[in-house]
Amino acid sequence: MQVDRELDLKGEVCPFTFVKSKLIIEQMEKGQILKVILDYKPSVENVPKSMEMEGQEVLAVNQIADNLWEVLVRKVK
Amino acid sequence: MSFGFTEEQIKRYSRHIILPEVGGVGQQKLLNAKVLVIGAGGLGSPSIYYLAAAGVGTIGIVDFDVVDFSNLQRQILHNTSRVGVPKVESAKMTVEALNPDVKVIAYNEKITKENVMDIVKDFDIVLDGSDNFPTRFLVNDACYMLGKPLVSAAILRFEGQLTVFDYRNKESSPCYRCLIPEPPPPGLVPSCQEAGLLGVVGGIMGTLQANEALKLILGIGEPLIGKLLVFDALKTEFRTVKFRKNPKCELCGENPTIKELIEYDQACEVRF
Repeated sequence: MQVDRELDLKGEVCPFTFVKSKLIIEQMEKGQILKVILDYKPSVENVPKSMEMEGQEVLAVNQIADNLWEVLVRKVK
Repeated sequence: MSFGFTEEQIKRYSRHIILPEVGGVGQQKLLNAKVLVIGAGGLGSPSIYYLAAAGVGTIGIVDFDVVDFSNLQRQILHNTSRVGVPKVESAKMTVEALNPDVKVIAYNEKITKENVMDIVKDFDIVLDGSDNFPTRFLVNDACYMLGKPLVSAAILRFEGQLTVFDYRNKESSPCYRCLIPEPPPPGLVPSCQEAGLLGVVGGIMGTLQANEALKLILGIGEPLIGKLLVFDALKTEFRTVKFRKNPKCELCGENPTIKELIEYDQACEVRF
């Protein structure tokens, strides 16, 4: 899967994990994929939920290490 | 980061950015917007304060008065230590303390037919919170001639009124003179001394003015065009009265007679 933008949000908490992800995705093209790296557990649920509420497509949520996750989102609108 | 927002701006505006109707794009529109507020009094205080908090990047404020103790019952931009200070200066200090993103342009002068076009022309939207009919007619006519949306509010005793005239679309939007063709004769309106006002009514109506301005900037929702909102504080009731363009209106009607600015006499008007 080709990732177009990657955003490292280690150390960030809600709601800024979503706010910063949204600011990036707003500036991407439709169809492009954003990868967000998170180390704050509540954000691992909240970022995908909020992205879906905005009409974006959440492709995957993967744990990649202890206390480290990646969220893949495709820009739909 | 994105949109050139600083970390502080991302935090400051995060509750806006989260909204699907606003986002980073909308917040950038707010930062780029230029709003003119006529009067830094009972209506201007809350509208200016909320526009500044929202990050409206340029706020023009027109007022020639100084802060008086009698203002502090409702004019929340000012405070006791500012008594005697020009209201525009006091407003600028309060706004700058709240949000350094906002550039305040202070006009410490009375609106006249000589200066009104110059003051209005560089702004995107005008909010009228003035306390007299001559100013209201000058501001209205200038906004009409320059094609600027006008968010108009008035308050008296326990009542408030609000409407939007969208002079970007002169063919469809009624104008202020469709509602009030000319200033009422002196004596028909209560004199300055008679005009009491529950301070919070200014807070409610001024805040609603700011709401209409933000909607116009963001291009969301339905602006209050062709509708007069009337608030009754004693009953806590809002009524909306629809009104239309008056085909015989002397400013925007089929055969307009008003082609230039008119400065009416400043009698002792209602202190809105």
